[in-house]
Amino acid sequence: MVIKKAPDIKSSEITDQRVYLNRRNFMRGAVLAASAAATGYAYRRLLAPDPVVATPEGKAAPGTQAAVKQWGLPGEEATTYQDITHYNNFYEFGTDKYSPARRAQELVTRPWTVAVEGLVNRPKVYDFDELQRLFAQEDRTYRFRCVEGWSMVIPWLGFPLAELLKLAEPQGNAAFVAFETANDRRGRKIPQTDALDWPYVEGLRLDEAMHPLTLLATGIYGEPLLPQNGAPIRLVVPWKYGFKSIKSVVRIRLVAQMPPTTWNLQASDEYGFFSNVNPEVPHPRWSQATERRIGEFSRRQTLPFNGYAEQVAQMYAGMDLKYYF
Amino acid sequence: MKDIKFYKLVLFVNSLVPLALLGWDWWGGRVGASPLDFVTRTTGTLTLVFLVLTLAVSPVRKLTGHQWLVRLRRMLGLYAFFYGALHLLTYVWFDKAFDFSAIAQDVYRRWFITVGMLAFFLMVPLALTSTDKMIKRLGGKRWQKLHRLTYVSAAAGALHYYLLVKSDARKPLVFAAAVALLLGYRLFASYSKRLKAKPVSISQKAG
Repeated sequence: MVIKKAPDIKSSEITDQRVYLNRRNFMRGAVLAASAAATGYAYRRLLAPDPVVATPEGKAAPGTQAAVKQWGLPGEEATTYQDITHYNNFYEFGTDKYSPARRAQELVTRPWTVAVEGLVNRPKVYDFDELQRLFAQEDRTYRFRCVEGWSMVIPWLGFPLAELLKLAEPQGNAAFVAFETANDRRGRKIPQTDALDWPYVEGLRLDEAMHPLTLLATGIYGEPLLPQNGAPIRLVVPWKYGFKSIKSVVRIRLVAQMPPTTWNLQASDEYGFFSNVNPEVPHPRWSQATERRIGEFSRRQTLPFNGYAEQVAQMYAGMDLKYYF
Repeated sequence: MKDIKFYKLVLFVNSLVPLALLGWDWWGGRVGASPLDFVTRTTGTLTLVFLVLTLAVSPVRKLTGHQWLVRLRRMLGLYAFFYGALHLLTYVWFDKAFDFSAIAQDVYRRWFITVGMLAFFLMVPLALTSTDKMIKRLGGKRWQKLHRLTYVSAAAGALHYYLLVKSDARKPLVFAAAVALLLGYRLFASYSKRLKAKPVSISQKAG
């Protein structure tokens, strides 16, 4: 191919090679920077934990170094307020740990009622404020062990479930207690996902429900529960995996038969009705021998009944805990 | 499209962006309450992303006619291996503290670990034979056959993700769908190739 020299371009009009190269380098730099920014943006949208939710005003105090010691157990510091309120499983508001802190804020927690019903002599629908008036609130710091293999130490505020049940007077044939989470898409904007069948339901044997360790919690670090932690009132059963401690409770029903429970309905071979913390019985997909304490680097040994064996093991005497997992 | 060196540089830098941001977020304490879980999950997801991108090169090249794309494939594959190695390291180091008997038990007992290990270790021979020298030594055909292990690795990776979620398998299913689509395309392509070849034999019979 013959390329004719174009005589009409003056040498002064030809872009100097240095300028040309500079421009090319500039364009390349721009492409590089722009593409890296786009990749960074995509990465943040797809994978970032998105944990930054401001702690409500006036509630910053509990997270300090002094607080975790002061509120902790002997030899075990309490988990920081920040972590307790920003690392949550609340599947109604998303299946990752960080969505609930953001999305649960839409949960309307007042007015709130809790119905106590079923096989009781005195069924009643309690207003949440009435519950707070009726029962003295106390601070109780418990270990909290998630079935996924992580744990926290949480300074709850609440009252024993037994006190409420005694007031309701269970009938002789009541053997189990069934719990239900709020399920009101419009009014309370819960649930927001279809990850499980709602409402979330849980259950305890009556003696477990009456055990003095079993709490109805209304706060953490002396502060009212935040929505992501199950506001305004939730169950806490410290010797069982965390999913047993149902959040944002609206119904407590005394029944004769073992009630259905959400995770058991989802995968009965993985999540039993009892779900006592047991390092000897692995989850079908992972070991339960160790746990990662949130805020710590290496894993800890998981304790039988989450360290509450002395208080609760006798309730399961003679039971094969591998069968009744 | 002759500026391949520059495109390689763009790809190289962009592929490191997630790692840089992960490090930056770690340093700034923005990786949540359980940073190690976050790192494990992030590196795992990135491995799958790069596996899918690697598998996407051939179909995209055929569909768009941009032949030069194939020259980016090696780097994508090596990044998949790189993030996969980081992912495995977080598990071996932070989750198991280099307790190899515990790891062996996990591999033996837990399906999602078994499948994940398979997905990673299938990538090892591919990374080792990724150099020009090795391609020559093996010969193009044999090399290509060997590197079809990528299909198995990607499928195993997607399965690994699916097996470990408690519920809400939407994200794992997105990866599974992407891998299925890309492998399905290859099946379809080789099938239609054979179809095209068929009329010859029919006409031979007829003749």
